[in-house]
Amino acid sequence: MALATDNTQGMSWHRTATSRFLDKGFFWLTAAFGIGVGIILLAIAFQVGRDAIPSIQKFGLGFLTATRWNPVEDIYGAWTQIYGTLVTSFMALLLAVPVGVGVAIVLSEDFLPPRLQKPLVFMVELLAAIPSVVYGLWGIFVLAPLLQGPAMWFYKTFAGVPVLGSLFSTPPTGRGVYIAGIILAIMILPIISAISRDALVAVPLELRQAAYGLGASRWETLFRVIIPAAFSGIVGGVMLALGRAMGETMAVTMLIGNSSNPSPSLFAQGSTISSLLANQFAEADGLQVSSLMYAALVLFGLTLLVNILAELLVSRVKLKM
Amino acid sequence: MTSQDFSLSSGRSLKRSQMSFKTLFSNVMTGIAFACAIIALIPLVALLYYLLINGFARLGPQLFTQLPPPPYQPTSPQFNTGGFGNAFIGTLMTVGIASAISIPFGVFASIFLSEFARDTKLADSINFFTNVLSGVPSIVMGVFAYGAIVLTTKSYSAMAAGVALAVLMLPTIVRTATEALESVPKELRQAAFGLGATNYQTILGVVLPAAIPGIITGVMLGVARAAGETAPVIFTALFNNFWNLDPWKPTATLSALVFNFAGTPYKNWQQLAWSAALVLVALVLIANILSRWITQRKR
Repeated sequence: MALATDNTQGMSWHRTATSRFLDKGFFWLTAAFGIGVGIILLAIAFQVGRDAIPSIQKFGLGFLTATRWNPVEDIYGAWTQIYGTLVTSFMALLLAVPVGVGVAIVLSEDFLPPRLQKPLVFMVELLAAIPSVVYGLWGIFVLAPLLQGPAMWFYKTFAGVPVLGSLFSTPPTGRGVYIAGIILAIMILPIISAISRDALVAVPLELRQAAYGLGASRWETLFRVIIPAAFSGIVGGVMLALGRAMGETMAVTMLIGNSSNPSPSLFAQGSTISSLLANQFAEADGLQVSSLMYAALVLFGLTLLVNILAELLVSRVKLKM
Repeated sequence: MTSQDFSLSSGRSLKRSQMSFKTLFSNVMTGIAFACAIIALIPLVALLYYLLINGFARLGPQLFTQLPPPPYQPTSPQFNTGGFGNAFIGTLMTVGIASAISIPFGVFASIFLSEFARDTKLADSINFFTNVLSGVPSIVMGVFAYGAIVLTTKSYSAMAAGVALAVLMLPTIVRTATEALESVPKELRQAAFGLGATNYQTILGVVLPAAIPGIITGVMLGVARAAGETAPVIFTALFNNFWNLDPWKPTATLSALVFNFAGTPYKNWQQLAWSAALVLVALVLIANILSRWITQRKR
């Protein structure tokens, strides 16, 4: 024992100044990067907001409700594009939510043996990873020609109907709001089904067992117990999908027709905020750049709002798990 | 419990009638759910099918070594010449710049999150910002890079696109790297501290190497996503019909080439677009399968 104490006494327990300095430095380096991640979001808002100032000063809030986008006369208003963003996104949700939740149910229940279920889950995830521009390419050459026939039938059948008819009031062409909505639905489907599946799987097994024990069938259990318990997670997934749909650019730009004329018809050509940015940024200057920045700021704000709501809902689900 | 209870229940069958409303409803709903699954898979299958059919038509080594051709008629003998070598190099360049920025940034940030600030309010709020950042539309990051770099240097450049893609990759890298670091067993850290290692020696010498497979997974997914992103590239890197290795000059990328050539009426350019799309999807596919393989092997 005495020997051991002697040995330790020979060694210093204190670190050298360099070592302590390195340790401190390392901590502050990682801290700077860690906090930097949080600051990037603010930096984006600041940068875009600063460049938008000339346009904000000139057009004010009227920018949001005016429907002209005229680079020749240097007069800008983005309501047509904001409307296009909202319409295509809601059309996508309308189509994708029922299907996506259906897929989530198939992939979370024990309908399929695990050997079949796992590759299916992977395939749905893969659908989410395919680049937007590839969807656009496929949309131009495959989907758009395919939709021509059905769209024509819709136009001929419903164009005369009083209220509903205004949605189908122009003859369909090879590009249009409806094609953009459908391609968006395909693109957000995997997000909805993946997050809904997570939420459904996270429901405690006891709830299911209790329902079965009371004599409920599989679907009674799903509708009365599982889905209500997973509801906030599913809504969170739908919100995330909405955020993605509003910001999605390439596929929409390639299929929507990029017209700045406002029209209530789904078959008309239109534009969204993101397609406007994609089309005009490369050739813009002066007030047009500033107005595009203003439009980008509006898009940023919209998606931020939706994403923060979604994040709060989804993180609540994670806490329960 | 008397025997009477049993006789009562035995009078009723435990089996449900095949025609009861309950059973019918269940069967119909099961049918609808499976129909949904099939509807969801149709686009994926159709997309991959057309991609393979159209993309393979002119896949070959010359695609990666030659410049895009002028538009030719399908009857021209030169119809099948040319490639997208410049765009391929450009994609490597922009994604390389993005990786060089976002990997160190992301890994250091996740070291802070998992080693120094774990389970604190600060880490929670940084995680929240990271998640919100991953939901910001990619085109907004392009607008950010346009304002920050293109407007200040007065030139479209691979560097601007690299910055936009770096911001895009960052949340993926931070999230996966933090997860990987947090799953390193506490015992490893304790052993290193016990041997007298300092904080940075423990983290850089022990914890980080143990988390490398997970970090590589995140980096691969981030790179694959960045390579396919088009919106933040088309007005930052713009395009270039010729070879370019200068990061401060306009640069062609595969994704921008798909966008530019798909909208033209020229058949040979459209074919190039399909081939470039096939290359991009193959990249995404390989990254996803590899990352799955790495995470499964770890378990």
